[in-house]
Amino acid sequence: MIVAILALQGAFAEHAAALDRLGTDHFEIRRPQDLDRPFDALILPGGESTVMGKLLRDLDLFEPLRVRMAEGLPVFGTCAGLILLARTVEGGTPCFAAMDIAVKRNAYGRQLGSFYTQAPVLGIGTLPMTFIRAPYIASAGPAVQVLAQVDGHIVAARQGNLLATSFHPELSADLSVHRYFLALAGRAQ
Amino acid sequence: MEKSRYELNKELAQMLKGGVIMDVTTPEQAEIAEAAGACAVMALERIPADIRAAGGVSRMSDPKMIRGIQEAVSIPVMAKCRIGHFVEAQILEAIEIDYIDESEVLSPADDIYHIDKTKFRVPFVCGARDLGEALRRIAEGASMIRTKGEPGTGDVVQAVRHMRAMNAEIRRVQNLREDELYEAAKQLQVPVSLLRCVHEHGRLPVVNFAAGGVATPADAALMMQLGAEGVFVGSGIFKSGNPAKRAAAIVQAVANYTDAKRIAELSADLGEAMVGINENEIALLMAERGK
Repeated sequence: MIVAILALQGAFAEHAAALDRLGTDHFEIRRPQDLDRPFDALILPGGESTVMGKLLRDLDLFEPLRVRMAEGLPVFGTCAGLILLARTVEGGTPCFAAMDIAVKRNAYGRQLGSFYTQAPVLGIGTLPMTFIRAPYIASAGPAVQVLAQVDGHIVAARQGNLLATSFHPELSADLSVHRYFLALAGRAQ
Repeated sequence: MEKSRYELNKELAQMLKGGVIMDVTTPEQAEIAEAAGACAVMALERIPADIRAAGGVSRMSDPKMIRGIQEAVSIPVMAKCRIGHFVEAQILEAIEIDYIDESEVLSPADDIYHIDKTKFRVPFVCGARDLGEALRRIAEGASMIRTKGEPGTGDVVQAVRHMRAMNAEIRRVQNLREDELYEAAKQLQVPVSLLRCVHEHGRLPVVNFAAGGVATPADAALMMQLGAEGVFVGSGIFKSGNPAKRAAAIVQAVANYTDAKRIAELSADLGEAMVGINENEIALLMAERGK
């Protein structure tokens, strides 16, 4: 199993560290030639979705990655990564539009609204969750399985090979979401 | 298991890594910066080059102007307060700024004390020229550090000097014996607990950006290769001939800071760079403010 991590901006190093701890091979994607290396799954990290969305296009990464996703590439998006996956973005432009969800950006307000909590995630258990200027999923289509809710809002969901969380598992010592994703990607192989 | 506000504030800085934070003075400039790929904007009334030219006392920006910028963009909005001016910081917290820069670019309000940043819920970034300054600011509650550089000059030499100095000292601390850390903490005038953290991890305990004098894609990539985790660009963008193009080029250069071929392409046809002033030609060294 080799995981590619989109490394244009944001907390990509934190995902790499989580994969290191799980003993999973990974490499960074910053430019088109990086896509020539074989990989079985992709992580879209936290950061600013506007920055990543623009750089994906400026650096000619958008179309090849969109095609790979349509072919069933397993993808795990956290926070900004969730926004990149969403079909609809309230007050913004969708990027890959691969997942049948509508997201609300900065749904908890500015940095003073950032928070930490714990909540159960379907099939994983109760997890620590860090929300940083986070989005939530305002609505999800029938193909989407809701995995977690906080205060009545969807914060984790899965659709086929796509997994998305509005919190940051990569900032936590708990690796179970990464493990869950690797298992999902393993079954897709 | 309540996670502290300070952790959340350090983590916001982690989300900004690999990005470019741009100085803007109007909502229109903020929109240009966001469209060009800025990961955050710094709202201020005058960019450092103009502060330098105007002279006089330079203060926190009008909250109304900051609000206008907060409404114009969806990315984080930062703003500056004067060193030691905790009431300006309280005002910025009241308008829910995402990050406060306690900045030497403005006229210092206190020539001895910095703000006790542990008393705030909102995060702070502070400038530093070396490891001692950086750890003193972190001890006071800063959750992000940037080099001071020399703002408003378009001259990158001081940012380079500060980044090299900081990283050289970090390497030195890493190689000390544990029983030598007490004396090193005394010399650096920093808490030994923070120095132990540097000794163990070989890096600052918070994210470290470059700032002060970055004017070109090459400058930005230089700072990244020297170990910066992201870049602040102040006067360099909106004092140049084609701000939108230059801003986008700097963003791409930071994302691919080791790809010389791409940076060569990005550096072509950018129009006029900010003219800049040489560090030997300036009367006021802002980096000397607040140690």
